[in-house]
Amino acid sequence: MALDRRAAVAALLKDRGDLLIVSGLGSPTYDVHAASDSDANYYLWGAMGGAALIGLGLAQAQPQRHVLAITGDGEQLMGLGGLATIAVAKPKNLSIVVIDSGHFAETGMQRSHTGCGLDLAAVAAACGFADTAVAADMAAVESLRKKLHRPAEGPRLFVLKVAVENPPRSLPPRDAVFLKNRFRAHLGLSVS
Amino acid sequence: MNKKRPRSPAAAAETDLAQPWAAKLHRVLKSAGVTHMSYVPDAGHASLIDLFAADPDVISNVLTSEQEGVAIAAGAWLGGKRSVLLLQSSGVGNCINMLSLMAIGRFPLLMLVTMRGEWAEFNPWQVPMGRATEPALNAIGVRTFRAETAEDLVEIAGSAATLAYEADQQIAVLISQRMIGRKVW
Repeated sequence: MALDRRAAVAALLKDRGDLLIVSGLGSPTYDVHAASDSDANYYLWGAMGGAALIGLGLAQAQPQRHVLAITGDGEQLMGLGGLATIAVAKPKNLSIVVIDSGHFAETGMQRSHTGCGLDLAAVAAACGFADTAVAADMAAVESLRKKLHRPAEGPRLFVLKVAVENPPRSLPPRDAVFLKNRFRAHLGLSVS
Repeated sequence: MNKKRPRSPAAAAETDLAQPWAAKLHRVLKSAGVTHMSYVPDAGHASLIDLFAADPDVISNVLTSEQEGVAIAAGAWLGGKRSVLLLQSSGVGNCINMLSLMAIGRFPLLMLVTMRGEWAEFNPWQVPMGRATEPALNAIGVRTFRAETAEDLVEIAGSAATLAYEADQQIAVLISQRMIGRKVW
């Protein structure tokens, strides 16, 4: 059984409150945009391997806000070492959600390491994340959604097992400066 | 032998440094508003890493690879904070694609790079990346300044911090291997 990625992300972000979101390049950026655009979203169109770490820097800069990095299996695999860095940094306000199709969706659906059996939630647990889980149905997604709005003991990583599909693209702006300034303005920061 | 006077822990931390210039560098970065630091350790940065680690107002992150610090700096800036990245020249090669984020997003970036492979180097494996460091940084849009002496370094770091955090530039300060000194091993 595997989730519909658009339905799962939309359900996860329902009533998102004051969550700050960083999305990994490719399909997760489209999924987050399709769920609903927000000034509190920072969409990546590149910087592969960086989504969770941008989340870490943001979480450390904004300790009163909860930060959610939503990314794909391929993107997180490229930043595998970053899970060690995040585990050691121990942010209580950072959650990573990996939308795991087991494939590199953007480039022709080649099988990824998770598609070959690697378990990213187990990797995160071994690194020392405070909470990890794998969701493969909508009830599990709903319980993760509730968790995101409760305090955590440390960094969390949740895997959404999604079907291998390429839904129509939902394209946010590609201008990284515009997105940066929009995000900072949302936080009341100068946009010079 | 000098008679030792009682010192505050902070003063002791400064005067016992292997690299005395690190104390001035730490003060320059603090006065530029730096509150976040990330690093892959290098012997040349050892004293500065210790000073930041002992600083309750600065969050330090140890990295598994240098490009993580580039991404962290972008995230910190999104959240309104100033982050500095400490690395050695070999780590610059690990950063290249992540630096496209800073260039295209015009994110402030200050990297302090200790050079290897250029002065009294004993390890041939350090030479190719040492040679490629400055051209690679320039190619991806990071402006470089070279510091040859401790006085240079402190002055350049202050200027670089202003260029980065006030003018949204991506800056690497290259700290010459001649200044760091011959590695004892």
